[in-house]
This record gives sequence, C-alpha cells and structure tokens, in this order.
Amino acid sequence: MTWTHEQMAARAAQELRDGDYVNLGIGLPTQVVNHVPENMQVWLQSENGLIGIGPAPFEDEIDPDLIDAAKQTVTVAPGGSICSSSLSFAMIRGGHMDLTILGGMEVSASGDLANWMIPGKMVKGMGGAMDLVAGVRRVIVLMEHLTKDGRPKILKECTLPLTGKGVVSDVITDYGVFEVREEGLVVKELAEGVSRAELQEKTEAELIFELI
Amino acid sequence: MNKVYESPADALAGVVKSGQTLAVGGFGLCGIPAALIQALRDTGARELTCISNNAGVDDFGLGVLLQTHQVKKMVSSYVGENKEFARQYLNGELELEFNPQGTLAERLRAGGAGIPAFYTKTGVGTVVSENKETRVFNGETYVMETALSADVSLIKAQKADVSGNLVFSGTALNFNPEVAMAGTITIAEVEEVVGLGELDPGHIHLPGIFVDRIIVVPEPEKRIERLNYRQRNS
Repeated sequence: MTWTHEQMAARAAQELRDGDYVNLGIGLPTQVVNHVPENMQVWLQSENGLIGIGPAPFEDEIDPDLIDAAKQTVTVAPGGSICSSSLSFAMIRGGHMDLTILGGMEVSASGDLANWMIPGKMVKGMGGAMDLVAGVRRVIVLMEHLTKDGRPKILKECTLPLTGKGVVSDVITDYGVFEVREEGLVVKELAEGVSRAELQEKTEAELIFELI
Repeated sequence: MNKVYESPADALAGVVKSGQTLAVGGFGLCGIPAALIQALRDTGARELTCISNNAGVDDFGLGVLLQTHQVKKMVSSYVGENKEFARQYLNGELELEFNPQGTLAERLRAGGAGIPAFYTKTGVGTVVSENKETRVFNGETYVMETALSADVSLIKAQKADVSGNLVFSGTALNFNPEVAMAGTITIAEVEEVVGLGELDPGHIHLPGIFVDRIIVVPEPEKRIERLNYRQRNS
C-alpha cells in the first residue's frame, strides 16, 4: 500500500521545526499545514508579501485585500506581518527562509527540479517557484511518485524545462522518502508494503537504500 | 503643489501615449489600479508594453486592455488566470517575457533605485539564464538581470495625503511600491485622501517622492479570485 495524500502531508510535516519560516507550494504541499503539531509555532510565508498566514476567514472577515499566493482569501496569524514584493523575495532569495515544500513534475537524481512548464501546452509562468528553489535553505518536493499514466517522475535527468538545477534536498512521494546526496539518491523510508525491487522498478534514477 | 487630479482620465491626460512602457501594481486582482486601467483603455493608447506580475482576468484588470488589443507585450511572472491572454499568445498576437516573481520585483526596485543591473541565483541553469551574463561569486554561479523602468507607473493604495505619501491595505501592498519607484511618472489610485500631517510619518509605506499624481476612487470594485472561508460554530 502506498501512502495517501493525507499520509504524505503528515510525513512532510515531520520535517518542520519549531520557529521555522516556511513557504508551502500550491496543491498538496498546502495540506502540510493541517499536520503541524499543536505545541509548535511555524511561520507560513506567502510570497505575495505575508508572513504568518492564519486560518481561513469567517464569512464576515473576508477581505479582498488579504490573499495568499494562491490568490485565496486568508487571515493573518497573531504576530504576522505584511511587506512588499521585493522585501518578500529578499527573504526568499537572501537565504532567510528555513524550508519550502513544493510540488513537482520531475526530479532528477542530482536534485534538479522541473515543475513550471510543459512545452507545447499553455505556459502559465513560473511565479515565485524559481526564486524559492534558488534561495530557500531546504527544498522538499512533495509529489506523487508516478505520472497519471504510470511513468516515473524521479529520473536520471529531467526532460522538462528546469525550475532549478541541483536545488532539491529531499523528496517525499506516496512510495517513500528520499534524500539527494553527492553520491546519489538515497531512500530513507519506504511506504508500508512497498519493496525495494518495486521502488527501483518505478524509479528511473538509481537508488541507494539506507533505510532508517 | 497639489497632486490630486479630478478623475482617472484627467490624471492620464498628456501622459499616456501609444508605444509606451507601463508598469502596473497588484498581485492577481489584489491591489490593482482598476479605475486607472479602465481610463487607460479609454485613452486608446496602443502598442503598449505592460510590466505587471499578472495579466488580470478576461474582463477585469489588465485583461480589459488585452481584449481591445492595446497591449503589444507583457512582462510578467504568472498569467495562468487569463484565457484571452493564452489565446492571443498562442496566436502570436502578443509578446511575452516571463520573469521569476522575485526577479521581476527586484528589477523594478533596481530601476527605481538607480541600480542598472544585479546578480541573482534565481534562474541559473534554466531557460531564464539563457543568453544572459553569468558570473561566479564565492564559488556560486549567478545570472545578471537588468533593471526595469517605465514611462508611466499605475499603482493602487488605500490612503494618500495630498503630497502623495501612501498607506496600503493588507497584501494589496505587493508590487505597488516597486512599480511606483520604477515609473518616470507615477499615478496612484487611492480610496481616501487626507491633508498634510494627518498620516503618521512612521506608518507611511511609500513616501510621496515616488508619486506624481493621485486620483480618488472612494469605493473601488475589488474582486476575489479564490474565495475561501469557514463557517462559525462548525
């Protein structure tokens, strides 16, 4: 049995540390917030210029002037702050952020990430993704292990246009947890019932097993 | 000197011309100068280059200038919410230059701060750094990005005093200060104007030196792209 999205998000949340400044990508990474332990303070940054994203507003609190990077209405947590775009990206590009958890289309064995463009289809733009992977100290990719048609997403080399080169620290998929190291891609955890042989078969990149 | 103009049309009169480069504040539909964009459409200026993080939606924000084919080129980081944009781009009717969002913000800031270019790690090893100068500092490769400036900048703030000092509301701040700095002439659309001395100097987000003209739209239309809320007592 591979992990559900819920289990993947919960596993990613284990990487958070008290006091971390964290940027969560759109989609599955956003669900990580539901698994932050109660006694832990994590500052969620939104690259449009908000540190300390709070819960969704109640209906009478909705403010069109208060949105996150996904353009959703939000609130500001107590102690949160708001800044302009260049200051927001100074945090990101200046190495002040502890962690970003992003989705991915392809990851290579050496930590290249592709997650912004599929040539030939409509190009939406990279938004802040290239800044996040280049500037944040630790980049975790949280994604399905296989494409919708069953092909591996962890490859020897990415085939899609890159978001960043050699930027990924760790990968969490429905099959397990991976760390990008000098010597290659190291498997640290396997989802229950997934064998080493099955995982290697579903991963194009060569895997090194150092299970915890 | 009073910077307050009667209407958006008055503020744009004699300023906007075909072929110009405009920078426009906002993130998504949050903090966009919607009334100034409408007035810009009504000037009929064409062949415009627009620097803006997003391109509005089909019928609001910069989308209204795309519908009338007044935009020749967009410089943006994300345009995924605009179908008309996609259609024009795929038909070759519209030029597009994608910038990483932080690079776009910093290029505007640099343009307003007298910095002709800067080096950043963002985009190194991707299509963004192709045909650009790279340089190694302390063992790491950086790509050179040049400053952006605009003939006219259009921004949106919550409150101004008559000298153009601005206060913004929430995340409607976003790109507005950088866009204001990058403009040769900067026009601010605000919801309220107060007299000199009525704003706390320490709480001003953008000093009036960056603002040339002001128009007041007391209750602007503010659209929400993704409404998200929760119920009480649930």
